[in-house]
Amino acid sequence: MASKGIRDRVAVVAMGCTTFGEHWDRSTDDLLVDAVTECLAGGALTPDEIDAYWLGTMTSGMSGLTLSRPLAIDHKPVTRVENFCATGSEAFRNACYAVASGAYDMAMAVGVEKLKDTGYSGLVRPPVASDGTSADLTLTAPAAFSLLDPAYCAKYGVDPAAMREAMTHVAWKNHVNGARNPRAQFRKAVPKEKIAGSPLVAGRLGIFDCSGVSDGAAAAVIVRAEDAHRYTDRPMYVKGLSLIAGPGSGPIDPGYDYTTFPEVVASAADAYAQAGITDPATQISLAEVHDCFTPTEIVLMEDLGFSPRGEAWKHVLDGAFDLDGRLPVNPDGGLKSFGHPVGASGLRMLFECWLQFRGEAGERQLDNPTLGLTHNLGGRPGACVSFVSVVGKELSAA
Amino acid sequence: MTLGIVGYGGYLPVHRLAMADVAATLGSGSARGSRVVASYDEDSTTMAVAAARGALAGRRTEALWFATTNPAYAEKTNATAIHAALGQGALGFAVDMAGSPRSGAGALRAAGAAGGLAVLGDVRVGLPGSADERDGADGAAAFLFGPAAEALAVPIAHSSTSGEFLDRWRAPGEPAARSWEERFAVEMYDPLINEAVAAALAEAGLSAVDHVVVSGPHTRAVSAAATRHGAAEVLPLGHAGAADLGLRLADVLDRATPGQTVLTVSAVDGADVTVWRTTERVGSTRAGVRAQLEAGRAIPYATYLTWRGLLDREGPRRPEPERPAGPPAARNTDWKFAFVGSRCDKCGFVHLPPARVCASCRTVGQMTATSLADAVGTVVTYTVDRLAFSPSPPTINAVVDFDGGGRSLLELADARPDEVAIGRRVRLTFRRMYTAGGVHNYFWKARLMEVSDGQ
Repeated sequence: MASKGIRDRVAVVAMGCTTFGEHWDRSTDDLLVDAVTECLAGGALTPDEIDAYWLGTMTSGMSGLTLSRPLAIDHKPVTRVENFCATGSEAFRNACYAVASGAYDMAMAVGVEKLKDTGYSGLVRPPVASDGTSADLTLTAPAAFSLLDPAYCAKYGVDPAAMREAMTHVAWKNHVNGARNPRAQFRKAVPKEKIAGSPLVAGRLGIFDCSGVSDGAAAAVIVRAEDAHRYTDRPMYVKGLSLIAGPGSGPIDPGYDYTTFPEVVASAADAYAQAGITDPATQISLAEVHDCFTPTEIVLMEDLGFSPRGEAWKHVLDGAFDLDGRLPVNPDGGLKSFGHPVGASGLRMLFECWLQFRGEAGERQLDNPTLGLTHNLGGRPGACVSFVSVVGKELSAA
Repeated sequence: MTLGIVGYGGYLPVHRLAMADVAATLGSGSARGSRVVASYDEDSTTMAVAAARGALAGRRTEALWFATTNPAYAEKTNATAIHAALGQGALGFAVDMAGSPRSGAGALRAAGAAGGLAVLGDVRVGLPGSADERDGADGAAAFLFGPAAEALAVPIAHSSTSGEFLDRWRAPGEPAARSWEERFAVEMYDPLINEAVAAALAEAGLSAVDHVVVSGPHTRAVSAAATRHGAAEVLPLGHAGAADLGLRLADVLDRATPGQTVLTVSAVDGADVTVWRTTERVGSTRAGVRAQLEAGRAIPYATYLTWRGLLDREGPRRPEPERPAGPPAARNTDWKFAFVGSRCDKCGFVHLPPARVCASCRTVGQMTATSLADAVGTVVTYTVDRLAFSPSPPTINAVVDFDGGGRSLLELADARPDEVAIGRRVRLTFRRMYTAGGVHNYFWKARLMEVSDGQ
């Protein structure tokens, strides 16, 4: 990997995050105002101090005006970015690099999505004129990710019933965690029988195997690390940022087996190298990962190096990634129960690391976490973009 | 130069509608028998492609006549889609003969005279509970005409009569035909058929033939003529419109031995009669019409009505897909219609759709077009999508690896969710994916081999 990284060169000094959910009473503009206002207030900052903005949204608006108009931002650089479901992470990454470059002293990354105004189930991609032959035109996201399930069972000889239990455990865990999160969309633990027996959406995925479709926004302010203590006594340091777009060849390449995301493996290796992480399974204190569908989270445990190949389903069932497990995954409830307003999700993951490092995670507070990982995925198995960040509570010793 | 049939194909969809289901649902009508039903993703064009692939067997044709009473498009030629799906490139003549069932005889006559491919495809729709619904059939047949020396069967005499009388009619846009009193047409057809048969037999110098086929939408007139002219072993298939004559001729060729004579009668607004003589080549290929007819699986009446647009049901809360755009579809005609990908000249990696940069070795611009329309593949993984927009949910999708290279994520046609599994073998079939904005989105689907090879 050619990434040089910006380890410990920038820090997050303020964050904001709306509740996620079906906000029939709030517009995209409202969500942006809410998240940005909370973020600025938390850092006792004024809009004048922000030098540049990166706004992530997949479908809720185009151009920097989507942010500058509702916030009445006064002639500042505002860039709108889009990278599928990794859009929020992409906004954050660009803002971090802008500050690290020295071009700006203070940048804000904002992510927003207003999904519930469409009236559709699940995510909908804006139409692009085409020849009508792509499977993606009609194949839904749950169907695309459900392709992992039979392939994984076949490759590793996993009894489909055991795999179903592992998928159920992922949803169950993330609902248990989300129940402890006042900002989550679904704040109720769900019995395993109900998860396993929920109406089928695609393949063996039932409704409870799918992330929440929601509205929400989140924001972060980034400054140079050496300036961080001017704004907060508990900044969050950026250790590594990796965004990888794969060649998208999985659906045409017989060499791809639908049991892994090569883009995730590559972005994790890149981020770990930047952050100096050699054994993620023991060094990472908490991970916020892209649990869009339950089999995704199982495969991610292997791609991120938390479990050996073919073993994650067992570790999931053993509770390794539960809130009290060896490596808590999605302590805030994840996409599954916190909800998935696309452009906001990457920043929402960082928000949980922010709260956990500051000791502000309430009922789900972990015992002195020091290194957090966020993983954000966009696209489909075999053709996706993957983002991995490593963030830390403290500057590294070396 | 005398021309004859050098290749033929027949296609019957796999779905069947049991009349017992119709009678139980409507509370009236005969509960006997069943009819052949095109799937929701089939139309006269796609079935024509299936039959024509059999007739061509990889050969080229200079001309193509497509006959149907149920064209997928008006104003736009449907034969060009068939021509493209057969991988014929730009060169050649392709024309529709759309309207009445007599178009079937017309396409055969034209191709027989000029040489080329007659393709007959039809979807026959009647109002719920009607005789047309009960007695119709969907399917296609195709005949390639070439030098008599290479033929399986050669026409030795023709004769036609034409009559203008109000038996059956349908205004464009109406879903179903209307007809006059049944006995009226029997009296009109009898002399028209008799005169044409007598003339054709006289021209052929025959007083009797080995096989007789009588085809027409008027059940009583056809059955009377079949009896009078000695038709035995009548194919127990409902009337397949413009494809009917072809399917019955294909069935006779399936069973004929060398040196036999065949009398075909198409009784539609007159009579078109041909006398054929089979050659020693007959039997070298078969369409397997009877085997296809005997296979098949029942679908519920409600499903049938939904497929034909006679029952408007609520869909999922998903947007309807965009209509395919003209320019990209035109740029990608070989891919979209003929499943032509590209193979990297350097490393051999097969790209579906074709690509300019090799996904494996990254070589740029060294690709050779390769058609996988006839390829066989294996299911690698699969899903059943219950959320996707579809005219007939749920859709089944499979990742298919083709023998000899190439992978594609395809919909499965004619399959039930419980039939798909890793390792199942598939072939390709040309289908209508969906219709949006008045545009039919044609592309290829995979079909489980135990289903597709039942023929």
